[in-house]
Amino acid sequence: MQPFTKLTGIVAPVDRVNVDTDAIIPKQFLKRIERSGFGQFLFYEWRFDEKGEPIPDFSLNQPRYQGASILISRANFGCGSSREHAPWAILDYGFRVVIAPSFADIFYNNCFKNGILPIKLSEEQVEELFQRTNAKEGYALTVDLESKIISDADGLTIAFDLDEHRRQFLLQGLDDIGLTLQHEDKIAAYEEKHKARLANSY
Amino acid sequence: MFTERSRKDHDGVKSMSQKKTMFEKIWDNHVIHSEEGKPSILYIDLHLVHEVTSPQAFEGLRMSGRKVRRPDLTFATMDHNVPTKDRFNIKDPISKQQVDTLTRNCQEFGVKLYDLNTIDQGVVHVMGPELGLTHPGKTIVCGDSHTSTHGAFGALAFGIGTSEVEHVLATQCLQQAKPKTMKVHFIGERPVGVTAKDMILGLIAKYGTDFATGYVIEYTGEAIRALSMEERMTICNMSIEGGARAGLIAPDETTFNYLRGREYAPKGEAFDRAVEQWKQLVSDEGATYDAVVELDISKLEPQVTWGTSPGMGTGITSSVPYPDQLPTENERKAAEKALAYMDLKPGTPMTEIPIDYVFIGSCTNGRIEDLRAAARVAKGYKVNPNVTAIVVPGSGRVKMQAEKEGLDKIFIEAGFEWRDAGCSMCLAMNPDVLQPGQRCASTSNRNFEGRQGRGGRTHLVSPEMAAAAAIVGKFTDVRKWKFHSEVTV
Repeated sequence: MQPFTKLTGIVAPVDRVNVDTDAIIPKQFLKRIERSGFGQFLFYEWRFDEKGEPIPDFSLNQPRYQGASILISRANFGCGSSREHAPWAILDYGFRVVIAPSFADIFYNNCFKNGILPIKLSEEQVEELFQRTNAKEGYALTVDLESKIISDADGLTIAFDLDEHRRQFLLQGLDDIGLTLQHEDKIAAYEEKHKARLANSY
Repeated sequence: MFTERSRKDHDGVKSMSQKKTMFEKIWDNHVIHSEEGKPSILYIDLHLVHEVTSPQAFEGLRMSGRKVRRPDLTFATMDHNVPTKDRFNIKDPISKQQVDTLTRNCQEFGVKLYDLNTIDQGVVHVMGPELGLTHPGKTIVCGDSHTSTHGAFGALAFGIGTSEVEHVLATQCLQQAKPKTMKVHFIGERPVGVTAKDMILGLIAKYGTDFATGYVIEYTGEAIRALSMEERMTICNMSIEGGARAGLIAPDETTFNYLRGREYAPKGEAFDRAVEQWKQLVSDEGATYDAVVELDISKLEPQVTWGTSPGMGTGITSSVPYPDQLPTENERKAAEKALAYMDLKPGTPMTEIPIDYVFIGSCTNGRIEDLRAAARVAKGYKVNPNVTAIVVPGSGRVKMQAEKEGLDKIFIEAGFEWRDAGCSMCLAMNPDVLQPGQRCASTSNRNFEGRQGRGGRTHLVSPEMAAAAAIVGKFTDVRKWKFHSEVTV
């Protein structure tokens, strides 16, 4: 996994609550057996009409948001299914950071597995970012995971909170399967102790 | 909204003398390693696998030279892509590739697969309990958010992403931060004509789609105790629609009776020993939860959703709400967008909404009792000429049982299409897809934009309400239904 330390990038808004995983990556695109190539389908039904033409109103189709790497949205972002295709699509499109007042659990968890930093801020702070993003073309933020600070060129600084383990995980781009396997002796001991139960003989 | 309190020992393990909730007992029984400030490593007793969220996980194993640690605790089926007509003929080449990939992966890694040739194939969350794989006290995961279904047995069951699928395949463990606990207490008796589906839809309509984010729910109350196993599965299934990754119901005689004799249930004396262990799982008297939520269901009506989020629902005697009367700006904006998508006018009575399509099935409501309930409504009636109605059994076994009882004939005579098992129109990854603008009464779990097909409009209801809507051509109050005759089973 690609480590995440610090990023400066253009901010793109998706101004909706409850952005669900069906919206992030519609099911017709879940059939691929690879992890890559999902970015072209991100927010597909909001981005493209029935003929596959871009819908000009949708933020990601507007020239000012091209090349954005930070996504801001509203509460309960990523609700719905467990499909990791959602963070894969977000990452593949070019986003490394998603900022919202709250996230659905599975999506939030899936982000960290893919080097995406989901940041929870208050409703007011997110509203402030929406206003600044809308007000200024090319509005950019710097997200520093070392110091847990978000800042812009106009003097705004916002501290964000993140579980320390998750922070280290992203900073170092760790392989968590390897971490779990360091406890092989304990896994084996557990399996031995619960042998009967795991064999349905209780 | 609800009471919440902090608890100092939240991340720790309670000592033996402390009173524990069922969740805490199961959690403590599966932690193989914990360290201050880090997620716990949790042993997983049962891993269910389907074709959509597993290919990249198996590929990851191959790339790192890892094996499936416990193929004996891993069970797979294909459900999302499976056509419900002419099922062996998957026309979409990418769907076919995904299904074939699962077959190949299961062969290569030695995982038991219930494929299209077996009677057990079906929606993974219908199949697991049917096979007796789901036991109280187990930790169960699947790359599917509706894994919460299995919590109906008092198992800690939750959905995971594909990276975690790979993690469990490789280690039979998961790194998990300990969730908080929430008690959802149903007060009062369930009125006649009101189903388990209405209980969970009513709960989410009241508290929203993220009230339980970060929590594991335990459902309690006399109304829960009175539910059958299948009804309990309907409730736990939609825990995720309230934001909770898992929902639990304490095991009791209903649970044990359901399990007895099933293929993977313990046999003979082992079953009795298991029951003794399972009885110990029940939350201790006086155990405390991080949050408590209550819902009085004594006046609950059959529910219908009107919007594009499962929390946007109301009773059948109500009307489509006026967005400007909603309490917050975000809710108003969301409701306006939802009503525009759904093409509904505020103030329209729910009973005046005409429908084009009916879908009866899914991991929420695709079990035999659901089909019996729908057939009872449909018997002796004809589907409205403006409506296409399909019935998709949750598994091959559900289909077989329904046919044994003659339910298929009731549906077919009434004009419903009788299909083969799979996820079908719950998420429309197979050929069962709504056309743009079509409006569907669906017994599934999500009414998101485009979920059942681009531009499709989904209203979530119970099987009884769906069957009645198929016949009337619009939503109708099933409590007033004139049953032609009882279905004898």
